[in-house]
Amino acid sequence: MNGSNDAIHDAYIALVGTPNCGKTTLFNALTGSRQKVANYPGVTVERKEGILATPNGSKYKVLDLPGVYSLNPSTQDQKVTHDVLVGESIGDSKPSFLLVVADATHLERGLGLILELKSLKIPMVLAINMIDLARKGKVEIDSALLAKELDVFVFPVSASKREGMNELIQSIEDNFSKHQTFHDNRLSLSEKDFSGNSPQQIRFRLQEVDRILHKVRKDQGQPFQWTDRIDRIVLHPLWGTLLLVAVLFFVFQSVFNWASYPMDWIEQGIGYITQFLQSILPSGVFKNFLIDGVIAGVGSVLVFLPQILLIFFFILLLEDSGYMARAAFLMDQHMKRAGLHGRAFIPLLSSFACAIPGIMATRTIDRPRDRLITILIAPLMTCSARLPVYTLLISAFVPNQVIWGPIRLQGVVMFGLYLLGVVSALLVAWILKKTLLRGPVSHFMLEMPTYKWPNFRSIVIGMLERGKIFLRRAGTTIMVVAMLIWFFSSYPKPPQNITAQENPIRYSFAGRIGHAIEPAIRPLGFDWSIGFGLLTAMAAREVMVSSLATVYSVENQNGDSTLKLSEIIQQRWGVATGLSLLIYFVFAMQCFSTLAVARRETNSLKWPMVMFGYMTALAYGASFITYRLAVYFTA
Amino acid sequence: MNSFPERLHQMKKGQKAKVSKLEGPDAVVKKFLEMGLMEEVHVEVIHEAPFTKDPFAIRVRGGLLGLSRQDAKHVVVKKV
Repeated sequence: MNGSNDAIHDAYIALVGTPNCGKTTLFNALTGSRQKVANYPGVTVERKEGILATPNGSKYKVLDLPGVYSLNPSTQDQKVTHDVLVGESIGDSKPSFLLVVADATHLERGLGLILELKSLKIPMVLAINMIDLARKGKVEIDSALLAKELDVFVFPVSASKREGMNELIQSIEDNFSKHQTFHDNRLSLSEKDFSGNSPQQIRFRLQEVDRILHKVRKDQGQPFQWTDRIDRIVLHPLWGTLLLVAVLFFVFQSVFNWASYPMDWIEQGIGYITQFLQSILPSGVFKNFLIDGVIAGVGSVLVFLPQILLIFFFILLLEDSGYMARAAFLMDQHMKRAGLHGRAFIPLLSSFACAIPGIMATRTIDRPRDRLITILIAPLMTCSARLPVYTLLISAFVPNQVIWGPIRLQGVVMFGLYLLGVVSALLVAWILKKTLLRGPVSHFMLEMPTYKWPNFRSIVIGMLERGKIFLRRAGTTIMVVAMLIWFFSSYPKPPQNITAQENPIRYSFAGRIGHAIEPAIRPLGFDWSIGFGLLTAMAAREVMVSSLATVYSVENQNGDSTLKLSEIIQQRWGVATGLSLLIYFVFAMQCFSTLAVARRETNSLKWPMVMFGYMTALAYGASFITYRLAVYFTA
Repeated sequence: MNSFPERLHQMKKGQKAKVSKLEGPDAVVKKFLEMGLMEEVHVEVIHEAPFTKDPFAIRVRGGLLGLSRQDAKHVVVKKV
């Protein structure tokens, strides 16, 4: 079958394998960057599709199914794989060909799966991946004998070294169009049915695996020697913990420090574009729309791209090398106290930069409920968009007095705000686990994969994929929101005859809404201008700063223009209002993008609404208490 | 002489045993089996998490499996 368009659409190859068998690396080696990442309809499982272009010029669609240990549809991932393979999936037809991947250093796992897959009667080949690692560990596998025992074609490959790939691809081409790869005359094996997922049936499969392995694996070798040596340090109670802290610290530091350079470049670039457009465009609505609406809005989100790429670079690196499972192992007991899974800590760590990659990173958590809790609390981590707001408010309302040695009050308050975010996130997780998302406690059970050198190519592909998803969002949803916010804060225009004391923004929709909601936010000590700022800050939290600057610069036209924004708000608001707003920003869901990502990742409107609801309630309550206390103590 | 642990969750770092029985709900037993934990296989406790020693990591069928002591209660073991 050659790659006519029809063939690409109907018939396709499904890539199946256990977790950690190097399936993604093989998928990348087969399809390169010709990939499409989306979600399966109705669930939060990532669906990866690519095109395999062979040297002969044929093209095949390849679907990378979630890694599974069996077809037992108990988890969401397994259900997706199960449904696609048996032809019960909504979006995908039954595959016409299976490429089964097994880890050569750990054949036990993969063989159990292929025995089960054989009952599907779909033509298949088996790729024994990471054969280079197996050889290094002196594992000897008789792949010809294995092929005979299983009655399928077997190819030893190393996807990361691109070894044996040509033979594999050739065999896919040779067998894709054939309806059977089984030798129909050899019925001895096919008579035995290894399907089914009752404990007894799984036991039956495992015994068959042992029987086959005993024959085909001439030497068990010591593939885990290196892994054991590394683990002696990585999982050591003391050194392992210290190493984890060091790794987290390093990741945290680099995301903030390294990313700051490209972030500056992007900001400068946006500045140049703005200046350029300022100079060439005629004044008018279109110019304002383009500069203040589109460019300012998208630009304020685009700035986070370097952080997002860096976070995913580290996540993929840690995942690919095998360290992530160990980190989850070490963190599990701490996360468990809040009802979270050990794996939740990386998404939560990422959320310190931005909740969007954090929420996207929750895909590594298997259980939907655990994942949902992590998504719901991720926005409580202090993201970098809160920093400009915190900086402004702290410099205006917190005296910079020395507490002890080099420690100053402003720094302590900043640290306290970070801590407040973390503590409340853990508390909310704990409450969710007891109420809305109640269910059996999921215990830690995770395979610790063999360490391997991360595949750079795979990491870059994965990183760019995440970047693309982010940019697509910045280019669509976020842009539309930015344009709406611009529109609402620009129209309607003030009447011609307004007095110099009056603020033209008052007449805009946003200004009017600000006024309209003033009674609701008055108990928090907020006036209409803060209300206006909060509305615009739904595009991105730091927009609050520029909105306040806009409001007060317009108002201040006749006043002293040399005043800094922090000084202006210091004069206009009381300390109580400032502190109340500070606390409001710790909790409030002031980010439309996060809600949009949460909607995408949970595939529902309900959970983003829950997120928005509980965070707004928390923010309102905490601000109210702060305001009242501050008024009481400063009066 | 200390008596040999009866169940996997009582085992300490460095101890070896053989699985004699898997108990508990079907879902847990299936998960064990998927991870290669079956009657008659050898297990050895290789690592323990700091502080609480929970979860812990066992060598089973050549692989390294991290699991909670809570789940490990369902695995009856015997001396090799």
